[in-house]
Amino acid sequence: MPVLRFVLKRLASLVLSLAVASVVIFLFVEVVPGDPAAYMLGMNAQEDTLNALREELGLNGSLMQRYLSWVAGMLQGDFGTSYTYRTPVSEMIGERMWISLPLAIYALTLSTAIAFPAGIWAASKRGSVADVSVMGLTQLGVAIPNFWFAMLMVLVFAINLRWFSAGGFAGWDAGFLPAMKSLTLPAVALALPQASILARVMRSSLLDTLGEDYIRTARAKGLSRRQALWRHALRNALIPVLTIIGLQFSFLMAGAIIIENVFFLPGLGRMVFQSISARDLIVVESVVMLLVFAVILVNFLVDIAYAMVDPRLRVRA
Amino acid sequence: MKRAKFLGAGALVMMMAGGAYAKTDIKVGMQLEPPHLDPTSAAAGAIDSVLYSNVFEGLTRFGADGSINPGLAQSWEISEDGLTYRFKLAEGVTFHDGTTMDAEDVKFSLDRARAEDSANAQKALYAGITAVDVVDPMTVQLTLAEPNGSMLFNLAWGDAVIVAPESIENIKQAPVGTGAFKFTNWVQGDSIMLEKNAAYWGTPAALDKVTFKFISDPTAAFAAVMAEDVDVFTGYPAPENIPQFEADARFQVIVGNTEGETILSTNNKMPPFDNVKVREALAHAIDRQAIIDGAMFGLGTPIGTHFAPHNPDYVDLTANSAYDPELAKKLLAEAGFADGFKTTLKLPPPSYARRGGEIIAAQLRAVGIETEISNLEWAQWLEQVFKGKDFGLTIVSHTEPMDIGIYARPDYYFQYDDAAFQDMNTMLEGEADPAKRSELLGKMQRKISEDFVNGYLFQLTVPTIAKAGVVGLWENAPTQATDLTAVHWK
Repeated sequence: MPVLRFVLKRLASLVLSLAVASVVIFLFVEVVPGDPAAYMLGMNAQEDTLNALREELGLNGSLMQRYLSWVAGMLQGDFGTSYTYRTPVSEMIGERMWISLPLAIYALTLSTAIAFPAGIWAASKRGSVADVSVMGLTQLGVAIPNFWFAMLMVLVFAINLRWFSAGGFAGWDAGFLPAMKSLTLPAVALALPQASILARVMRSSLLDTLGEDYIRTARAKGLSRRQALWRHALRNALIPVLTIIGLQFSFLMAGAIIIENVFFLPGLGRMVFQSISARDLIVVESVVMLLVFAVILVNFLVDIAYAMVDPRLRVRA
Repeated sequence: MKRAKFLGAGALVMMMAGGAYAKTDIKVGMQLEPPHLDPTSAAAGAIDSVLYSNVFEGLTRFGADGSINPGLAQSWEISEDGLTYRFKLAEGVTFHDGTTMDAEDVKFSLDRARAEDSANAQKALYAGITAVDVVDPMTVQLTLAEPNGSMLFNLAWGDAVIVAPESIENIKQAPVGTGAFKFTNWVQGDSIMLEKNAAYWGTPAALDKVTFKFISDPTAAFAAVMAEDVDVFTGYPAPENIPQFEADARFQVIVGNTEGETILSTNNKMPPFDNVKVREALAHAIDRQAIIDGAMFGLGTPIGTHFAPHNPDYVDLTANSAYDPELAKKLLAEAGFADGFKTTLKLPPPSYARRGGEIIAAQLRAVGIETEISNLEWAQWLEQVFKGKDFGLTIVSHTEPMDIGIYARPDYYFQYDDAAFQDMNTMLEGEADPAKRSELLGKMQRKISEDFVNGYLFQLTVPTIAKAGVVGLWENAPTQATDLTAVHWK
């Protein structure tokens, strides 16, 4: 059973990566100077009040004790209780996820919807005005910082045209369309640089495959350039593109911190940002751990999928 | 056709009627979100900004002008010796959960604040209370260890609001108070909703619904106001946009004073600042107006001591530390620092500190003092500066009302240790006579100004941007609060 052995091997490395990641995250967060209790009680607090609060938050144990209770809790699905909000972290993550995840999916869909046609169009008309303009625009798209582009959109669409509100989230209770409407500007801001990168990858990957022997064979059989592109080149060119999309998804989940701040969306990114400045360490640790877990898991699944598709990879691994 | 006309006329009438009835909901933007909703167990001003006076009330309460007014206590008697306070409670007060508020609840709330294991951020204010006794359901008696002229003032703080014993377990998520508004919902990270309390015991609120929206980024705050996503923005974080709002007929700009004395805090125990001549030189090296103009875009009142200028007991002592770089250089030379010296300047995140810090560093360099600037987050600032006392200079706004008493605490982070001042403070705490208190407060202000304890810069202002039709907002901020009980639309 070579496939099963391969999966088990990958699974072992997944567990090991998670264990190492948990130690690194815990240590990094705990060595950051700043006492959460002092932050919460402010400048007039007395030492005994601070101690009472530290005791309440479980901050008085040794480093080892706190690490073990954190990990033990996570294994049972308990991410601990936020120091500041005093609600279970898992609940907070669950709530925020309903904004960050749809936002990431929305942005990814947009970027794919823009990048695929643009990349294919540019590759099929290599050297033409269309190609040059797509390349120029995507160059610009990669160069423009997304937060700046976000502010620009707010200025135009929220302040001048008043088509959208400047930020905030309508809530899923308000209905699907109003909720999606409040995610539209942030999704566009996030999607633009991603789409530019993706379009460029799409174009160059397609041009690479168009130069392959089997395309020449297809053309020799009598297929037009266009037919060869759609039937043979595109499918093969998709492999690197899909890899990039996988990478972009984790980037979108974690990289929305700035965009969520610009649009004051109550998502995961903004929660991490606030928790860091409030020294709500348990929230920071748990969210970062969750993101690490998501990335490792996606990589694991991608590895397995490659192995399923291409038997050669199983042997190499 | 007839029917259509009729419908059209009906719609017109309805539209006109809609114009006659003013709006009854309001959206208020602010920068910081409360970490939780219990004003009695955290220092976070954001909690009071949302809940004080709207949802929670204390025995006494702050008025818009900083005066202390009756709250849940309608009247009180203070004994001759100033040791017992007898409060008569308002009749017919119920908590939002329907239970009656009586003397037992007051006893519970105050005992909780001063308890051994209390997590109250201002516990020290209530430490002098030795007993809280229920005389009858409508009367409470407080016994103090020694007279305390500030007790009525201390009881008005958000940290001493009356809470319902049975709500304590969930107070951090679902606050139950006695105020004119009831808490309804909190979308964490986004907004908090309140609605009118129909069973309110006092003058009912004019608004039916209030939404507090939390927008931390200054650029986003600007966009939210301009796009009219919010009706009011309190503590507007980008003073550079204010002229633009002033010129726009859709908005009104209200610039009010806060209780925040913004000071160049000086480590009085660290050489060379233990030398009063050096501190005097520092005071004369600072050009307050340049800081107000450069860092605050002109918003701020210069101060010469640690006291709020809008307070009737304020003494203007700015002349005592007037800008005079030549004198500063001379004083430094007399103190033995003709070639200047180097020190640290640690800055917390607010823009008054970060922008002001750059300007002060330049002003100090002009008289030979080199500063090494480090930008700290609040948590780091509290750890290094406030707790660790590891700093030469820092800039911070002391936002607690009437906090001149911190100068009587030698272990307080700027470490001013002066027996004469401490005596004055003890006398003040025991003094209930307004005239004598006023005289003492004047003396205390002069004392710290003459000792150049800290560099006194300016009183922090709080700009509020509101839609033109909003009436009844507080102009000044005698405590951190957004009292909406009297707010309505024109």
